[in-house]
Amino acid sequence: MKSLSNQVVSMKPSGIRRFFDLAQTMENVVSLGVGEPDFITPWNVREASYAALEEGYTAYSANAGLIELREEIASYMKERFSVHYDPASELIVTTGASQALDIAFRSLLNPGDEVIVVEPAFVSYGPLIEMAGGKVVPVACRPENGFRLDRNDVEGAITERTKAILLCFPSNPTGATMTGDELAQIAELATKYDLWVVSDEIYAELCYDEPFVSFATLHDMRDRTIVVNGFSKAFAMTGWRLGFTCAPEVVTREMLKVHQYGMMCAPTLVQFGGLEALRTRNQHVPGMVKSYRQRRNYFIQALNEAGLPTHVPGGAFYAFPSIRHTGLTSEEFAERLLIEERVAVVPGNAFGESGEGFVRASYATSLEQLQEAIRRIERFMKQFEMTTTRQDSQR
Amino acid sequence: MYSSKELELLELLEEKGYLETKMLADLLAVDEATIESMLEKFKQDGILLGFRAMVNWQKINRHDVTAFIDVKVTPKRGRGFDDVAERIYRFPEVTALYLMSGAYDLQVVIRANSLQDVASFVSDKLSPLDSVLSTTTHFKLKTYKHDGILFTPQTEDKRLNITP
Repeated sequence: MKSLSNQVVSMKPSGIRRFFDLAQTMENVVSLGVGEPDFITPWNVREASYAALEEGYTAYSANAGLIELREEIASYMKERFSVHYDPASELIVTTGASQALDIAFRSLLNPGDEVIVVEPAFVSYGPLIEMAGGKVVPVACRPENGFRLDRNDVEGAITERTKAILLCFPSNPTGATMTGDELAQIAELATKYDLWVVSDEIYAELCYDEPFVSFATLHDMRDRTIVVNGFSKAFAMTGWRLGFTCAPEVVTREMLKVHQYGMMCAPTLVQFGGLEALRTRNQHVPGMVKSYRQRRNYFIQALNEAGLPTHVPGGAFYAFPSIRHTGLTSEEFAERLLIEERVAVVPGNAFGESGEGFVRASYATSLEQLQEAIRRIERFMKQFEMTTTRQDSQR
Repeated sequence: MYSSKELELLELLEEKGYLETKMLADLLAVDEATIESMLEKFKQDGILLGFRAMVNWQKINRHDVTAFIDVKVTPKRGRGFDDVAERIYRFPEVTALYLMSGAYDLQVVIRANSLQDVASFVSDKLSPLDSVLSTTTHFKLKTYKHDGILFTPQTEDKRLNITP
């Protein structure tokens, strides 16, 4: 048989995969390895999707999505993030933010174009860029800055081939956020070097300390930014696969071609669910945000007390504790924690080299489960107390 | 006036009253002394009235009976419904009493050991009160949800152990 695509064959499977297989074989696992809300989609949203099914909305929608949904997204973007998009020409409803990223990169990149990817980063960024012909140029966020991005580090990575910067704040996996002023420094670089910006704002609603600033609202950025957002995190709708892009018409027009030929449209029933979710957002989102904030407060404190130094994440629902002092790699740490104490976390190196020395622990799980996880982590960490003390006294 | 932290504490207590002070302090990012003084204030102000467990007696087959009784009454000049309400809620079998808008005035909830006990409560205690004009008694057959808590089996976490 003839060989398969060299590009795909040479691509590494997600670093999470091996770990996932191991965790699935075990029982009594307290999982902090989940990158999704523990809430179930609000009932009225599920009910709206039922109703659409009952009424027979089983056909294709417009390629860019139901116009009612695009109008509602436009009004949401205006009300919540103070940025205006034309529902008819600047919005596309996608099957999740992942597909939104895919059509964004396919539309932006020529072979060899470089994309600056802010790391540690979500696992699919690199492969999506490479499949679109681009080259990934990682720029690491420094732990000593609480994983906020330094403009000088970005500028140092810009070359003649740089086409775009990919940002994700609040960050998966670090939970780090950026203030408007800090983002403005990155925006200046985009203007100075004439770059596109892809801003993955999927965690926008989940900010606990500072108000979220959409990258598109910064000076000169609306017309060079593709905002990617979706329903998964804010509305607890991960399995529905519903996202959207907001971008100037010049690029939306091109993305729509990729979307049209590759996906046709997002599932119509799901879009009706999304419409209900947006219309009733004020009933659901604030309560979920409050609950995540409380759990963050507890969990970060408890991890630090258990001997895992952890910065306070301003958003998302991830803690990113350092495990360096254990002398283990992040994979060894995660594997031993899973086997010895049945607590699942994700090794930091799954999110890029700069994630080594850290693990991602999601606090989107019940308080009771978090308490149990902390009890087990405390027990697990006891074996390292001796080692640390010994190392300290040798110094 | 209550601060937003105080209101947040009340909401948290209403949902998870069993949490220890240290946990409450961590969740709200304040110290334990602050939580203790807030709790003291709530008690003194009559806002925090107590803590109770939610028990699903249906699981134990205890044959007690809950009845909801719609009561029409004549209000008293100057005192409204309060006097008759007081005479009703003093009976220990009355577990809840509400003044309602609509077709009747008071809703009395009582818990008793048998239908017979409910019947005698209505005929011997409630109906003879001077102000009571009429009563309509409904029996609860099954509890699905009470105070926001489901009494049917909880759904388990349907998420995979690890997702990106």
